[in-house]
Amino acid sequence: MDVLDVARWQFGITTVYHFLMVPLTIGLSLVVACMQTAWWRTGNRKYLAMTKFWGKLMLINFAMGVVTGIVQEFQFGMSWSEYSRFVGDVFGGPLAIEGLVAFFVESTFLGLWIFGWERLAKPVHLACIWAASLASTASAYFILSANSWMQHPVGIVFENGKPRLTSIWAVLTNNTALAAFPHTMAGSFAVAGAFLLGIAAWKLHKRADDDREVWFTSLRWGGWISVAAFAAVAITGDVQSKLMFQQQPMKMASAEALCHTEQPASFSVFAVGDVSRPDCENVKSITVPALLSFLANSDFDSKIKGVGELTTEYRAKYGTNYPVDPKLGELSGKPIDYTPLLPVTYWGFRFMIGFGVAAAGAAVLALWMTRRKRFPANPWYARLALLGIAAPFLANSTGWIFTEMGRQPFVVVPNPTGVDGVFMFTARAVSGGVSAAEMLTSLILLTLVYGGLAVVEVYLISRYVRGGIAGVMPAQKESTKDADVLAFAY
Amino acid sequence: MDLPVVWFCLIAFLWLGYLFLEGFDFGVGMLVGLLARDNDERRVLINTIGPVWDGNEVWMIVAVGATFAAFPNWYASLLSGSYLYVLAILLALIVRGVAFEYRGKVDSLRWRRWWDRAIAVGSWVPPFAWGVVLTATVTGLPLDRRGDLVGGPLELIRWDTLLGGVALVGFSLVHGAVFVALKSAGDIQRRARQFAATIIPVALAPVLGLVWVLASRSGRGVVFALAGMVIVAAALAMQRLWTGRPATAFALLGAVIAGTVAVMFGGAYPNVLPSTLDSAYSLTVWNAAASSYPLQVITWVAAFGAPAVLIYQGWTYWVFRKRIGTQHLPPVHVP
Ligand code: HDD
Ligand code: HEM
Ligand code: HEM
Repeated sequence: MDVLDVARWQFGITTVYHFLMVPLTIGLSLVVACMQTAWWRTGNRKYLAMTKFWGKLMLINFAMGVVTGIVQEFQFGMSWSEYSRFVGDVFGGPLAIEGLVAFFVESTFLGLWIFGWERLAKPVHLACIWAASLASTASAYFILSANSWMQHPVGIVFENGKPRLTSIWAVLTNNTALAAFPHTMAGSFAVAGAFLLGIAAWKLHKRADDDREVWFTSLRWGGWISVAAFAAVAITGDVQSKLMFQQQPMKMASAEALCHTEQPASFSVFAVGDVSRPDCENVKSITVPALLSFLANSDFDSKIKGVGELTTEYRAKYGTNYPVDPKLGELSGKPIDYTPLLPVTYWGFRFMIGFGVAAAGAAVLALWMTRRKRFPANPWYARLALLGIAAPFLANSTGWIFTEMGRQPFVVVPNPTGVDGVFMFTARAVSGGVSAAEMLTSLILLTLVYGGLAVVEVYLISRYVRGGIAGVMPAQKESTKDADVLAFAY
Repeated sequence: MDLPVVWFCLIAFLWLGYLFLEGFDFGVGMLVGLLARDNDERRVLINTIGPVWDGNEVWMIVAVGATFAAFPNWYASLLSGSYLYVLAILLALIVRGVAFEYRGKVDSLRWRRWWDRAIAVGSWVPPFAWGVVLTATVTGLPLDRRGDLVGGPLELIRWDTLLGGVALVGFSLVHGAVFVALKSAGDIQRRARQFAATIIPVALAPVLGLVWVLASRSGRGVVFALAGMVIVAAALAMQRLWTGRPATAFALLGAVIAGTVAVMFGGAYPNVLPSTLDSAYSLTVWNAAASSYPLQVITWVAAFGAPAVLIYQGWTYWVFRKRIGTQHLPPVHVP
């Protein structure tokens, strides 16, 4: 493997891993903030128990989100230094702003929340969890606007071979970002909803009877959150499809493994055969006529260009061969392949939607079955709910994999209506001064450490789930007659 | 003043904040293995930094993020040029952060022992590796015309970079001990103070060596003055510790690290990462900087954001200002 392959694997593995923690932190911390608000408003102990229990799980996950995020922040410089030099004028800004206005708030106020239970006045303590969780949301916004700029560069001019930023406002209100942010937030709530639903169903099944109220309310919250999140994900996803049609036609064609231009274009629900063949032989696909035209352009007869026609267009616009440059390794002087890996994009898109539909279906079923405070006796129900926690996680991962791999071979995708020259091939983005051996070392070490920590996190979460409410709240308060209550959480 | 110069100073300030704040976090982590006698004392040590360590770590994240925004070429060359060292820092910070959060979550000896090891790794490795990397950035690396490292990772192993590594370890150790003396109560507090008083000459010697070397290389009067200030502050800190005044000693240690950072970055100015191959390839405040518009943007953000950070982080230290000791520990309550 050469440096480029290792760097890509490493970025993919570490980012997908980071994005397992991220949606749970974002979704669950906002939900916990709502739970604590409910406790503050009603004084009902049930909500306190919910805050403590789900808050604990959120913190176990949060720690991992933080440490894996730091790797992300450094990786652009470590492995993608050519990329960093190229986009530095634009890309560093949102990252620095994110740190300054989001990460500082998030980490400081979460520390106050964890340690401040006994020390801070109740409303102040409540404000701390709100500050921390809203800062997580803000951080998502800034990083997504950076990412969206790579998908659709705006707010720049092209000077001395590099983009120069002319409007931060254009970057922060990039329509790609304005669509990706709600989509990702809704995806995060889908994760939080399934998490609440699955664990609460499991606890009800295990007859944690003394806390039945707590689990029941959690389950209902989870169900409603899931359903609402899915609706939001579908609506925002539709907006994204339309943008993708205009901004990244090749990604659109790849999402469908659409080889030949069609008018009107049909939407493929499921395919049998090898979708990676650009001539589409042997692929049998269940299709809905004209649906793709509708998804892309809100009508039933728009023309959707296929991979073949687009390749010709891209060659004319962005070149036929990589430049001859020893830094490009094997790719030096070779023809540029403008088609992303079709099986990944085709199936990635379908898995994202499919897992989302599955999670939403499960949630509707759960809400129906638990109406009027009943809980079904059949053990399979709880087992399925527990298993269902995985679905929105997988939808998120496949969504990102689709988005990121669908833009290959570009790391910065050309904007068809933007300034000429602002795009970058992934092959040119990788660091020059780093050897494949060094990168392989980091890939192996990071993967091992991440793998080990995943086991630890799942172990801890299941331990706290089994411990239930009693595990996070002493039955009766230990006397705190000590005049000054001190802060301990570790 | 020109914006690139402003950002050069701001980035130095962010590193100063990081080394001052995480300096004592690292020191406390080192003492978990060195000074604490039993689990209760270990818990006290970890809880002295419990509410704040994560916020302190963000100083580093922002220092690096600001470097990306203000000096993309510096960010790219430094992080790719010190690849394996930065990797070591990342791995160490990963296990450390998780260790603080997870150590107390299961009541078992074996469990805690593993996380204590992680805390040790996570507290010794980063100050050392940052010392190497930061010294390398101010003294230079063999960079080619594109700004890429020539010659591989061993190019960073030189006596001056190693001195930088040892200097930050020594500083963190004594700084952490003084912090514990200020934040804890009872026996551990007494021992921390003694420990600090004993090791301070040894711990600060490499710092003084480093500033002297850097000052004589730069040969500039101001930098010599700063180095002199570091030496005076170190001597005073020593004297205060020996006369039982840890609070002033802590402040003086702050002056030591402030002076050290000023010598490092001030000595390098206007370079941010000199090339030892050809000074034409050196990265400077001017040729590494982003263009003026993005610098204006982040300047506005920093003008409002940075004071707010200082205020609410300061408030956190105020909220958790009480000394803690083993007698205050609540019983372990975990599932
Ligand atoms: C949509 C949201 C999202 C996305 C796409 C990313 N992150 Fe992230 N990140 C978060 C949302 C988030 C968060 C929710 O704010 C986290 C997760 C858990 C946490 O503690 O904060 C976080 C943590 C986190 C941290 C630690 C912050 C701290 O110490 O408090 C850093 C440095 C980064 N991230 C950096 C990145 C980079 C450079 C990314 C690009 C590849 C990235 N994240 C993708
Ligand atoms: C703002 C956030 C993000 C930025 C700036 C970003 C940037 C990048 C960069 C620079 C690469 C390397 C070039 C390449 O191989 O394509 C990459 C690849 C990748 N990213 Fe992202 N990414 C972001 C978020 C994410 C997230 C959250 C995920 C998923 C969880 C993700 C998944 C991937 C994957 C799977 C690859 C590998 C693609 C490949 O190997 O072809 N990205 N991304
Ligand atoms: C009807 C359902 C859905 C539709 C139509 C849809 C549509 C899309 C589209 C078009 C993109 C690509 C955007 C681009 O690359 O320009 C995308 C990305 C993504 N999707 Fe979905 N999606 C759906 C369901 C889901 C679900 C259920 C989840 C997670 C729970 C999810 C999570 C993501 C994520 C994380 C990304 C990558 C980030 C982004 O670009 O926003 N999606 N989706």
